[in-house]
Amino acid sequence: MEEKHILSILVDNEPGVLSRIAGLFSGRGYNIDSLSVAETIEPDISRITMITTADRVIIEQIKKQLHKLINVIKVYDLTDQKYVQRELALIKVHAKSENRAEILRIVDIFRSKVVDVGIDHFTIEISASIEKLEAFLMLLKPMGIMEIVRTGSVVIGRNNLKD
Amino acid sequence: MELTGAEIIMKVLKEEEVDAIFGYPGGAVLDIYDALAKTDLRHFFVRHEQGAVHAADSYARATQKVGVALVTSGPGATNAVTGIASANSDSIPMVVITGQVSSALIGNDAFQEVDIVGITRPCTKHNYLVKDIKKLAKTLREAFHIARTGRPGPVLVDIPKDVTIAKTEWVERDLLKMRSFNPTYKPNKKQLCKVIDLIKEAKKPVIFAGGGAIISGASEELTKFAQATNIPVTGSLMGLGSFPGTDPLWLGMLGMHGTYRANMAISECDLLIAIGVRFDDRVTGKTDEFAQNAQVVQIDIDPTSIQKNVPVKIPVVGDCNLALQYLNVKIDEEEDKASLNGINKDEWLQKISDWKSTTPLKYDHNGQIKPQYVIEKLHEFTDGDAIITTEVGQNQMWAAQYYHFNKPHHFITSGGLGVMGFGLPAAIGAQVGCPDKMVVDIAGDGSIQMNIQEMATAVQYGLPVKIVILNNRYLGMVRQWQELFYDGVYSSTTLDHNPDFVKLAEAYGAKGLRAETTDQVEAVLKEGLETKGPVIMEFVVEREENVYPMVPAGKAITQMLLV
Repeated sequence: MEEKHILSILVDNEPGVLSRIAGLFSGRGYNIDSLSVAETIEPDISRITMITTADRVIIEQIKKQLHKLINVIKVYDLTDQKYVQRELALIKVHAKSENRAEILRIVDIFRSKVVDVGIDHFTIEISASIEKLEAFLMLLKPMGIMEIVRTGSVVIGRNNLKD
Repeated sequence: MELTGAEIIMKVLKEEEVDAIFGYPGGAVLDIYDALAKTDLRHFFVRHEQGAVHAADSYARATQKVGVALVTSGPGATNAVTGIASANSDSIPMVVITGQVSSALIGNDAFQEVDIVGITRPCTKHNYLVKDIKKLAKTLREAFHIARTGRPGPVLVDIPKDVTIAKTEWVERDLLKMRSFNPTYKPNKKQLCKVIDLIKEAKKPVIFAGGGAIISGASEELTKFAQATNIPVTGSLMGLGSFPGTDPLWLGMLGMHGTYRANMAISECDLLIAIGVRFDDRVTGKTDEFAQNAQVVQIDIDPTSIQKNVPVKIPVVGDCNLALQYLNVKIDEEEDKASLNGINKDEWLQKISDWKSTTPLKYDHNGQIKPQYVIEKLHEFTDGDAIITTEVGQNQMWAAQYYHFNKPHHFITSGGLGVMGFGLPAAIGAQVGCPDKMVVDIAGDGSIQMNIQEMATAVQYGLPVKIVILNNRYLGMVRQWQELFYDGVYSSTTLDHNPDFVKLAEAYGAKGLRAETTDQVEAVLKEGLETKGPVIMEFVVEREENVYPMVPAGKAITQMLLV
């Protein structure tokens, strides 16, 4: 049975490292659902947060194969641990005069904010868990979503990370 | 002391105790070759970059050192890719140095530029592009360390021309620390104790040894372990020689062209102890039915090899040799020896022995020269002590079946990738590493033509390699599949336009001999093996001889086609 797993991967902050990881996934036919990369507090280490879906045996392989890459320092699987997950999205939504109040109400309920206003659209910024983000999008959909840009999830463990 | 990049390369090679390099010069490596000429490092100038990499691969296998190849940028580097991919599949420690266009030109589609680091990312253990001369020595040292540590593999270091010319201060070797690369050597002892318990319970155990048993130098411990526990041993193609091929406990190779008794034993066994193997599809056949009655123990230094294709009851991550050493200590300490060495196993060993006598490896001796006969005679005339390299196809399988390897590091073949054209450059590499050994390439008439240009290398350096060509004027293995599974449509597998191999040998300045009938085989082998220099011995063999047993692709390994 396929499961979604959240992996937090510490890697050397060097050119080509992301390509090694992406190449591992494409070469072996694994899925990447979402991916985000940035420097950690140590400038020579980057963190990759990745969501991947596969059955349990393949997930084990993915973790082992990742670990085998020379530039990968540590692979954490956060799936069965307590964590905080956020994804940032910028959403450009049609805002006709009859819908404006409704959109603003939804924005308010979700504690998101309007960051740009045009004659017939709002651009909304939201940072939320995936479930909340999906719910937000569902409510906005009837208004007419023009464009969405999402960062992919970032995840942090609530306790110290365990392997 | 200030040194150029090229001089730094030479110094690190010295430091790593490299004594032979295989390579081919070109524009981007002119400065490296200039520095090389001023050292006493032995360089073997091959005739094609693929040959350099296969030779370095084989040198590494024959000597257990790291092989080194040196090629230029662009086409030099792309020609090396097949050799690198083969070494990667077979876990061979190797450092490949490629020249690159100058840093300023990288990314400009310059003359003889390719992104070789990008191209080889999926087929190396690791690779580097060195843009800063200050990092050159450290990178090369890391490359050697990675190549030989843990599960070995090829590491490519791409060096732009300007880096080979620039100068920097030479920095002495320091302790090499890599935070992200620490393979587990010591196996978990608790896991190994469970193995001992399983051996006590097992009635029908089998040991399955692979390339990891050879690479880790575990042959001696493996032999001790099998003999102390009275457990029969089979091997993958890469595992041949890890256990003596003439020992009564030896089952022969398993898998697609494995022996009847090995494949039957695997499917009936109740305990399978896998040592340094990765359960390749050529070994398992249909995985659902592979060793389906067995509890599987798998010992491997590479965690990704474990549980990849076959469910494993007891995984042991670590060095095969250390694991076997520990198991042997435990066996020595055991008070109730009988519980380990086989009160329960008589019936099992008898069954295996029956399989052997009813369905041995065999071939029909009538008619033209039989390729199997040539290899049996070769075994006899070389006392089973030659280093055998092979090409890929029928020649490789017959070599595996009929040479009965008794020692590790004597069978050198492109196992995982299956590269035709491997054998001749491999023979050269092995002969460079082991000048006193008899080195024989068992070849087919198709494969040998894929790197035949290396005859010139053998002649130039006086390397007395012997090439046995089993000439059936076909791409024999592909033809065999066409005969059995494609209604005998021999699409593009007929080689009616082969060169005259005897004249070809002579044209290169080597000796050429030919046997056309069975009664000429011994004389040709005798003369060929006694000749001092390189020799091609061509045997005109039965054209449509097949390799048996054969498990059709995707079938369970018990479903063998027999003679």
